Amino acid sequence: MTIEQVQEEIVQEFSMFEDWMDKYSYLIELGNDLQELDPKDKNDQNLIKGCQSRVWLVADIEDGKINFRGESDAVIVKGLVALLLRVVSGRTPKELLETDLHFIDDIGLKQHLSPTRSNGLLAMVKQIRLYAVAYSKIEG
Amino acid sequence: MNYDIDKIRSWFPVLKNDVYNKPLIYLDSAASAQKPVQVLMKEEELHNQYYGNIHRGAHFMADKATNEYEGVREKIRAFVNAATIREIIFTKGTTESINLVASSFCERYVGAGDEIIVSEMEHHANIVPWQLAAERKGAKIVKLPFNDSGILEIELLVDLINENTKLIAVAHVSNVLGTINPVKEIIDIAHKSNVPVLVDGAQAAPHVKIDVQDIDADFYVFSAHKMYGPNGVGVLFGKEKWLNEMPPYQGGGEMISEVSFEGTTFNELPYKFEAGTPHITGVIAFGAAIDLMNEIGLDNMAAWEHSLLEYATEKLKEIDGLRIYGEAPRKSGVISFNIEGVHSYDLAMLLDKMGIALRTGHLCADTVMAHYNIPGCVRISFGMYNTKAEIDAFIVALNRVRMMF
Repeated sequence: MTIEQVQEEIVQEFSMFEDWMDKYSYLIELGNDLQELDPKDKNDQNLIKGCQSRVWLVADIEDGKINFRGESDAVIVKGLVALLLRVVSGRTPKELLETDLHFIDDIGLKQHLSPTRSNGLLAMVKQIRLYAVAYSKIEG
Repeated sequence: MNYDIDKIRSWFPVLKNDVYNKPLIYLDSAASAQKPVQVLMKEEELHNQYYGNIHRGAHFMADKATNEYEGVREKIRAFVNAATIREIIFTKGTTESINLVASSFCERYVGAGDEIIVSEMEHHANIVPWQLAAERKGAKIVKLPFNDSGILEIELLVDLINENTKLIAVAHVSNVLGTINPVKEIIDIAHKSNVPVLVDGAQAAPHVKIDVQDIDADFYVFSAHKMYGPNGVGVLFGKEKWLNEMPPYQGGGEMISEVSFEGTTFNELPYKFEAGTPHITGVIAFGAAIDLMNEIGLDNMAAWEHSLLEYATEKLKEIDGLRIYGEAPRKSGVISFNIEGVHSYDLAMLLDKMGIALRTGHLCADTVMAHYNIPGCVRISFGMYNTKAEIDAFIVALNRVRMMF
């Protein structure tokens, strides 16, 4: 599936929820299901510090594709991280740089990406792009 | 108690709003209070009738605006019982007031090896300006700790003060713990060693009667926006002796007496510290907020808010796994807490969806979070307009949200 297809799939999934509580319950479920990071990866280098919640992001490149892993101390943010990882992990830098991440807006959770929320998510999206830029240069 | 809550609520149009199709329950007044019609109307009156730059114009509008502006200075003087209006400086807010003192006071009195005592329960605004000043001067910040109940260990103060101590900075009311600190006692101890004290009154001014002469504060600072006034306006009370000796903070218009390229002489107090065109609208409208607080009576407001605080504390304590940070016997305005196993940000996100506005995170008080070894917490805070019914609704919502995890 392309990044665009995964985004559409998520939008489809969320369209089934009738009210916000179901939506958030699903995010909590996703957050609880997200594989936890190795404690050694939860270091300051991987930390994206928001003032209300913290997010960790780890990236490795393998066969030209960037594998992202991540976590947050807040479970709803963790659910959003899980969604983001589903979209961006295992992609080439080129794919990542050519795509617009619009699904969070589409599923009505854009408020969690606003700079004033300072939950670390917006910084995580920026960090994903920075990794893509950096690896695209290495990969030439 | 004769407290007409319906009438008070009717003065705050914003409280009638729905958010996410639910009635707004505003429990974040410690971050910023809502504005009553009296304040909004005063802003409009100024702009519709007599707006002009103050202290400068030779015309009716400027004179009228100047009189209003200076009238508010007198209202503030009376509100905190300062000896003279020369001791009342208008600033952008508490943060600027503290930065002004940290800059000008430290410039004049602090040198290498000196010490500034800062309490462990301070807002970042009452820590960072001192750190910056200390760094410039080669001085040191010394911590006055608090205990797990949220009470300052002032018995340690005598030993912390030495001949190098140049100032003590302490909050009147903690923005996280709600503790009302015994500032009069602290100042008394400090003054025995001739150490001046700056009191951060940002959280006290909306709730606690302030008498700067009674407590003998050297500096007392607060913001209009937490007192139902406009944002962008703050006050610095400083004893005339200090303000006279301190160099100006910023240069510009208004604060000068005469300017030539050979040198400048500065204006008298309080204007020496008010460079540039101030927030004229904000200050004048702030006067309307002060009038309103005086009309209701600070004691009445405090009693009402205290009953809310006690009621909410009791209800919160019934929730399993809930811990309140700050259990001092003398508290005001705020309750901070966490529920075991639930991240504060998750709670706030869901409560927001239920129309409840509150604060989460480190609350601009990392040192308090570090004391309890937590990344953050949830804080509810009360204003003159909150009700027990709102607390009931909040508790119902909190219990509902808690079950989602």
